[in-house]
Formats: sequence, structure tokens, C-alpha cells
Amino acid sequence: MIHFMTVLGIWVGAFMTLSIFSFLYNDNPFYKIAEQIFVGLSAGYWFVYTIYNILLPNLVDKLNADFSGNIILIIPAILGIFMLLRLVPNAEWLSRYPISLMIGTTAGIGLLTYLKSDVIAQITATMINPFSGNSIGAIIGNFLLIIGTFSGIIYFYFSKKHEGAFGVTAKTGIYFLMVSFGAAFGYTAMARISLLIGRLQFLLGDWLHIIH
Amino acid sequence: MALQNLDRRIIYILIFLAVSIPLIKPIGLKMHISENVKKVYSLVQETPENSRVLFSFDYDPASMPELHPMAISAFRQALLKKQKIVCTAMWPMGVQMYEDVVKKMKVEFPNIKYGVDYINLGYKAGGIVTMQAMESDINKVFPTDFSGKALSDFPIMNNVSSLKNFKYVLSFSAGAPGIKEWVMIAHDQAKIKVAGGVTAVSAPSILPYVNDQHQLVGLLGGMAAAAQFESLNHFKGTATKGMDAQSLAHLVIIIFILMGNLNYILLKKKKERGNK
Repeated sequence: MIHFMTVLGIWVGAFMTLSIFSFLYNDNPFYKIAEQIFVGLSAGYWFVYTIYNILLPNLVDKLNADFSGNIILIIPAILGIFMLLRLVPNAEWLSRYPISLMIGTTAGIGLLTYLKSDVIAQITATMINPFSGNSIGAIIGNFLLIIGTFSGIIYFYFSKKHEGAFGVTAKTGIYFLMVSFGAAFGYTAMARISLLIGRLQFLLGDWLHIIH
Repeated sequence: MALQNLDRRIIYILIFLAVSIPLIKPIGLKMHISENVKKVYSLVQETPENSRVLFSFDYDPASMPELHPMAISAFRQALLKKQKIVCTAMWPMGVQMYEDVVKKMKVEFPNIKYGVDYINLGYKAGGIVTMQAMESDINKVFPTDFSGKALSDFPIMNNVSSLKNFKYVLSFSAGAPGIKEWVMIAHDQAKIKVAGGVTAVSAPSILPYVNDQHQLVGLLGGMAAAAQFESLNHFKGTATKGMDAQSLAHLVIIIFILMGNLNYILLKKKKERGNK
């Protein structure tokens, strides 16, 4: 039975993959079926997953095991119910409390962590001795890092007209930005091809057994 | 036929052939191993035996082709180095990813014991808040393992009370919460080493963390890095098998970009001549 279910799963997976790929030729009913099954299944899966892996173990099971010891959990439970009240027009205003709490907490945590990791640490990492590398390549890399960061920031300074030495620096910043966009495009192309490879490994390997 | 009128389906067919032919008949193109990949490998390799290490599975099946080979290779390397692997997931389906990795490991390492050599803490919602709480007290965030047994019942969790008890964190991350949040909490606050792997799409935004401040020790970006990591580990996984296809598909894309640009320049010149 287990073997049969595995084989059936592979055939369903292959059918769904080919149905989605068929969109590359043209829109068609197979694509629409696969797309809608995916959307419906995902919604259903997440709903059940959230109940069994988040709501029950973190709230219901704990309250069942030791109600007085976990009584504090009543507060997030009530806030959770408030959030759902967005669906009730007369009580919609109550949902502002959990939302404000979430925004406040996220902003408070984010302010410190992002300031430390994304601003201070990143700026500090740019303040390097450019000659500290142990090879010519590393030294050139250090210079590029400093020039790229500096000119890139200058490009985004709009309170002064981009002309003269300032304009040249800003233009240098554009070139660095273009290189970074090119790298991002290259990585994106690699990611999409990787996904295609993953699907073809499934089709040619698990389904057709052409590759091992 | 002018190139700008080329049917896009011809490009799809060429990409399909460029990917499928090398999968069926591998060419064996050479690979250059990048510094970032070597750094991740050295981190695992140089960490002493019996060290507690944390693996975070922050991805789902959509990113499996890129991140799963990295997770498999790293898990395998850590087991070979006899490190004690504590696993968690910041993405709900990361737990299934962990289970698949362990299933594969049990074939190669039949003697590994749950609770002694590795453990699964499971998924916890909250992202960065969960990580922050783990920094102060892991047992409060995860009083039990994924199956509901108390953490104190497992030898691997002896003397592990906070993130600071781990030698390093490896995050296999397809987005947020993931490796960036681990950098913010595990490295920038708890001061422990962080490395990992990301999808190629997110690599450019995460690479700046591999810097002079060592916010990230190293980074595996996309399938190419996964294949390089497999190569360093002397392990031929799905990433290595896919690299010929990756290279040929990139070649097709490069050829089309060159042809497109050449066509654009020729058309522009033709228009200019027409205007004169």
C-alpha cells in the first residue's frame, strides 16, 4: 500500500509539473487546474498546520496541562481573538490593539537590531585599511569596497547638483550600482535555472527513471 | 526572421534541451571553489568533536533544489566530525526538510542516535523574537523536542541553556526569518559564529554580511555554491549532478543576451541610416 501511494504521489507530482509547464506554450485548462489545486491545497494545508503546530501546542495543550501556571497565555489568546474581529464590522476596532502591540514590539526590537547589524556593523566593515590584504587581489578588492560604498552613497545624495567632482563621484556610484544589478540578475537567472533543474531531476529521475 | 520576432517558445525549448541533455549525459565540466564556500567548509571542519552546533532549516520545498543539497552536505560533514547537531526551523516546513535530511543520513550513518548525536527542537513561530529568546534561555522557548519529550531527557542538551553554548549556527535560508536574523541575534548579540546557505536570488543581499566584522563567516549562494560545497566534502549530490545543466543553460542565456544586444545595435544603426 505504501509503495502504491509513493508511486501515485510521483505520478500526481509529474502531472502537476507538466500541467504548470504547459503554460509556457499557452494558457490552457491543465494549467488552470494545477494552479487552482495548488492555491486551494496551500490554503488548506497552512490552516491545518497552524492549528496543529502553533495554536494547539503553544496555547491549548499548555492550558490543558497546567492552567494556573500558564494563565498568562490568556492575554495573547484574547489578542488573537481581537485580531479575528476584523471580520465583524461592529467590533472591528478591537483588532487595533493586537496590531498596535505587534507594530510597537517589532519596531522596538527592529530599531536596535537593525541599527546594530545593518548600520553600525556595515559601516564599520567599510572602515578598513585598504592595504591590509595579503594579496594584490585582496588589496584591489578593499579599494573597490571603499570606493563603491562611498560613490554609491554620494549618488543617493540629492541635495546638491550632480556636477563637477561631485558629479563624477556620483557617476562612478552608478557604475557600481549597475555592476551590482548585473550580479543580482545573474544570481536570479541561476536561481530560476536551479528550480528547473530540480523539476527535471524529479521528472527524469523519480518519474521516468532515466537518470539516477 | 528578425530576432525581435523570435517566438519565445523556441528559447524555452533551447533552455529545456540545455538543461535536460547534460542531466541525462553528464559532461563533467570543472568547478572553481569560491572563498566563501571554503570558509563555510573550514568552519565546520575546524570545530572540535562533541561541540554543540545549531542547524536552522529556514526553507520549504520551493527552495529544495538549491538549499537541500547544502543542508545534506553540512549535516554529513558535521556528523563525520562527530559534532552534536541541534536542529530547529524558523519556517514551518523546515521540519519536513530536516526529516528528509535525517532520513538520508541514517542510510550512511546507521549508528547515529537521536538525542545523543542530533535532536530536533521543531518549528517555533516568531522569527527574530524566538531567536532573541533563545539567546537568553533555550529551554523556555523549546521546553520539549518536536515529539513533546522534555529536553532534559536528552544527553545532547546537557549544559545547553542558551545560544552561547553553540560553537556555530548554520542557517539554510530562503528568506525571512532566516540567515539575516541569525546574524543579528546569534552573531551581533550572542557573539557566536554564523554561516549558512541561501538561494541565489537572495545571495546579493546577504553577501555584504561576509565582511571585516565577520558577521557571517562564509556563505553558500545558490546551487553553484552547493555543488562546490559537495565537492569539498567529496560527496556527489544533486547539486553536483545539476552543475553541467546549470552551466549550459547559462551559456544559452548569455548567447541570447549577446544576440539581443547585437540585434539592437544593428537595428539602431539601420534606423539612423534610414533617417539620413
